[in-house]
Amino acid sequence: MSAKPSWTYREVPREYVRALNATKLERVFAKPFLASLDGHRDGVNCLAKHPKNLATVLSGACNGEVRIWNLTQRNCIRTIQAHEGFVQGICTRFCGNSFFTVGDDKTVKQWKMDGPGYGEEEEPLHTILGKTVYTGIDHHWKEAVFATCGQQVDIWDEQRTNPICSMTWGFDSISSVKFNPVETFLLGSCASDRNIVLYDMRQATPLKKVILDMRTNTICWNPMEVFIFTAANEDYNLYTFDMCALDTPVMVHMDHVSAVLDVDYSPTGKEFVSASFDKSIRIFPVDKSQSREVYHTKRMQHVICVKWTSNSKYIMCGSDEMNIRLWKANASEKLGVLTSREKAAKDYNQKLKEKFQHYLHIKHIARHRHLPKSIYSQIQEQCIMKEACQRKEVNRIKHSKPGSVPIVSEKKKHIVAVVK
Amino acid sequence: VETAPKPGRDVPPKKDKLQTKRKKPRRYWEEETVPTTDGASPGPPCNKKNRELRPQRPKNAHILKKSRISKKPQVPKKPREWKNPESQRSLSGAQDPFPGPAPVPVEVVQKFCRIDKSRKLPRSKAKTRSRLEVAEAEEEETSIKAARSELLLAEEPGFLEGEDGEDTAKICQADIVEAVDIASAAKHFDLNLRQFGPYRLNYSRTGRHLAFGGRRGHVAALDWVTKKLMCEINVMEAVRDIRFLHSEALLAVAQNRWLHIYDNQGIELHCIRRCDRVTRLEFLPFHFLLATASETGFLTYLDVSVGKIVAALNARAGRLDVMSQNPYNAVIHLGHSNGTVSLWSPAMKEPLAKILCHRGGVRAVAVDSTGTYMATSGLDHQLKIFDLRGTYQPLSTRTLPQGAGHLAFSQRGLLVAGMGDVVNIWAGQGKASPPSLEQPYLTHRLSGPVHGLQFCPFEDVLGVGHSGGVTSMLVPGAGEPNFDGLESNPYRSRKQRQEWEVKALLEKVPAELICLDPRALAEVDVISLEQGKKERIERLGYDPEAKAPFQPKPKQKGRSSTASLVKRKRKVMDEEHRDKVRQSLQQQQQQQQQKETKAKSTGARPSALDRFVC
Repeated sequence: MSAKPSWTYREVPREYVRALNATKLERVFAKPFLASLDGHRDGVNCLAKHPKNLATVLSGACNGEVRIWNLTQRNCIRTIQAHEGFVQGICTRFCGNSFFTVGDDKTVKQWKMDGPGYGEEEEPLHTILGKTVYTGIDHHWKEAVFATCGQQVDIWDEQRTNPICSMTWGFDSISSVKFNPVETFLLGSCASDRNIVLYDMRQATPLKKVILDMRTNTICWNPMEVFIFTAANEDYNLYTFDMCALDTPVMVHMDHVSAVLDVDYSPTGKEFVSASFDKSIRIFPVDKSQSREVYHTKRMQHVICVKWTSNSKYIMCGSDEMNIRLWKANASEKLGVLTSREKAAKDYNQKLKEKFQHYLHIKHIARHRHLPKSIYSQIQEQCIMKEACQRKEVNRIKHSKPGSVPIVSEKKKHIVAVVK
Repeated sequence: VETAPKPGRDVPPKKDKLQTKRKKPRRYWEEETVPTTDGASPGPPCNKKNRELRPQRPKNAHILKKSRISKKPQVPKKPREWKNPESQRSLSGAQDPFPGPAPVPVEVVQKFCRIDKSRKLPRSKAKTRSRLEVAEAEEEETSIKAARSELLLAEEPGFLEGEDGEDTAKICQADIVEAVDIASAAKHFDLNLRQFGPYRLNYSRTGRHLAFGGRRGHVAALDWVTKKLMCEINVMEAVRDIRFLHSEALLAVAQNRWLHIYDNQGIELHCIRRCDRVTRLEFLPFHFLLATASETGFLTYLDVSVGKIVAALNARAGRLDVMSQNPYNAVIHLGHSNGTVSLWSPAMKEPLAKILCHRGGVRAVAVDSTGTYMATSGLDHQLKIFDLRGTYQPLSTRTLPQGAGHLAFSQRGLLVAGMGDVVNIWAGQGKASPPSLEQPYLTHRLSGPVHGLQFCPFEDVLGVGHSGGVTSMLVPGAGEPNFDGLESNPYRSRKQRQEWEVKALLEKVPAELICLDPRALAEVDVISLEQGKKERIERLGYDPEAKAPFQPKPKQKGRSSTASLVKRKRKVMDEEHRDKVRQSLQQQQQQQQQKETKAKSTGARPSALDRFVC
């Protein structure tokens, strides 16, 4: 619209209509599914990104196979039979020259990223034989140190065959361990006795832990905000915590209708993606409790692992039915080079959508998603259950002595205790 | 036609005087740069003076310092520019005489600014507050950018200025035509069409095309600038009104019986029998609605993009033949024979407002382009200008010897009235002021009584339809000098028109959004918000957003005894209690004062009924 004040009359209704059109067009062009990479002969159990190369992705399957994929050509470039049994964890070294895998066969193996030369055999660079099964691995972001988890959290030097230190708190199997990408000596882990434990690598003792209602499957650190991490929980929710104040989560994200299995942050740190047992993946803004987007297909089964690519444009998820799927992070985004006019139009529409997002009609269109029947009916059911609980709570408050029944907020409800 | 020089353009000569007077202030960063620049080239000294004076250019420098607007582009940028003087210098050693962004005059920025700075930000949560502050900063930046690009509005409005003591109303068309250039002179013409009697006329939205229809059935459309005829037909029926639809390709003609739509070759496309005995037509361009007022007393809205009737409203005021639209909010103004003007929107069955304007019937209504003023004339020979910003009170009134039968506003706020065979034009004092009815700006006598009037958009031209044909007369300062090329471009090609048509149809505003204040859509709906809050509290049985009772924080060792905790708690409670008491006292006082003032205003003479008022 023109800049002359006397010409700007009636701009509000016109902008409203433009915003409405932009929102409708966004839904029309929402085609997020890009490709499916098939080749694994068992469910995909873990995924890893290449730190230097956008096109390379590594995946480990439940039959011990590791595959390296090229996303631009959408094919598998290398296959390794790495372990016997599950590949429990996979992570790349920060330099991108090698990667580590842990498996059910109690070994940690380091592999070269490039394939073997002609006539050479496919062999790991190093193999460490452990005493117990490892369930996860993560590499330090700057140093030649990595951490594994199983019965305890072990921190290893790459050059040695024994861990530098082992840390434990309680006696249960730890399902995942993650290094903080900014304060690189910080570690977070989650165990099946329902707690999330934070460690400082320099101290060789755990820092503190928080106990939740149910088990946490994985955590992921926010790459932009140092002390923030998100935990994917078995009780269908995700919890974003501030490390300094573990007694109240910053936000409880609830939209899934089954256990959340994996979570990964976008490189911008503003959004994260979660994979769930309910055969869908959802994208949440960090500061919203509701998801922005849900992706599902008819063929996608329980999603085990999910990753957000380093250019923040794509999402990959590996699922039970042996496929890795590639999605757009922004469902209606146009791929390829945009002309300057297209770009300007896109920016303008984005701003308009933002401006009018709270209008009922526009909100309804923007939020509407088609869901598979299983998820849809589950949502309805859980809604009824939740309402019943709330009603009971309200009645209890109403009919008891004022102040005797404490009002517990949704955020605090799921936290059992914080131990230091 | 003379053009007034802009005050801002004439500054350079003054600059030289200032140069000699002012002493150069020393800046701490100049210590190193001064000797180097002196040695580099002989040029810099005079440049330096120029550079120094630049910030002084806007006249009100004292405002400049206070305002956040002018600070932004100038103050923070300057030190950065000066940090490395090497980078400024080109290969030849010459320095940029005008470093930093160009200064923006404060008044221009204020013109584009939409935030009322005098109103403080509301007390809100830190998150909301920071978001508001960001929005405000963005708004400021956009207003600065808009002010910068005002440079691109190259055209300036013209005006007539009499020599000292001369009345501009005495300047006749022939004088104006003689004085202006050939291209402008060609815009004054007379079409002698005595045969088919008084004409109604309409300009297209771009101002390029003119359509006129005579009472005895003559309908013609032409590109009036090049005088190229598009079509000319005789519909063999009385023509009451004529109007272009969204583009010049479609033409709506209110004929004796029904409403007909023709294309630009004169081929009849539609005959709309739902709209019968139509007397007046108005087209709402953003809604694609054709509003028709009929003899039967119905106001009908026809959506021309889908061909459906959106609303048919019974005005219950007899025959309707006075209608105009408010271009600001697309509300239709109807004038009635009982002296009222009613305001209509298709979403409401009842009028939005009724204004009693005249004793006797209303003869003509016109609303200016900003939607601020409405001019009405009635059978009581009066011409009134009303304020439409909430009060609906007459601002000025004038009794005309004959009374005006037709009224029209130009884009820049000139008012024209057709009285018999004379047209009078009044102009306002400044921008956005109502036309003063004291002294006419121009007058013109025609060869027959006036039947239709319209100012041509983006041109200094007034089209008058009368019983002797159609006259196009020159009115300096009538039209907006700069047009919006994306909105209504007089020079657009066929392809551009097609593109625009598609875009405009996509952005068709729904008819339900027509209301008195079009900006209401952008405001927060406080009532429903509070209603929702109330319902939520009722449902839950407690207020989830209520302030939690004060809980003293545990202090250092030894300071946190139970007694001290209780004491601290009590302190806060007492303070809160005192606040409450203070507030209630204030309220009581206010109520008392109100009562007193009421009593004073009514109690000039005590009456027997006073005792019933409590």
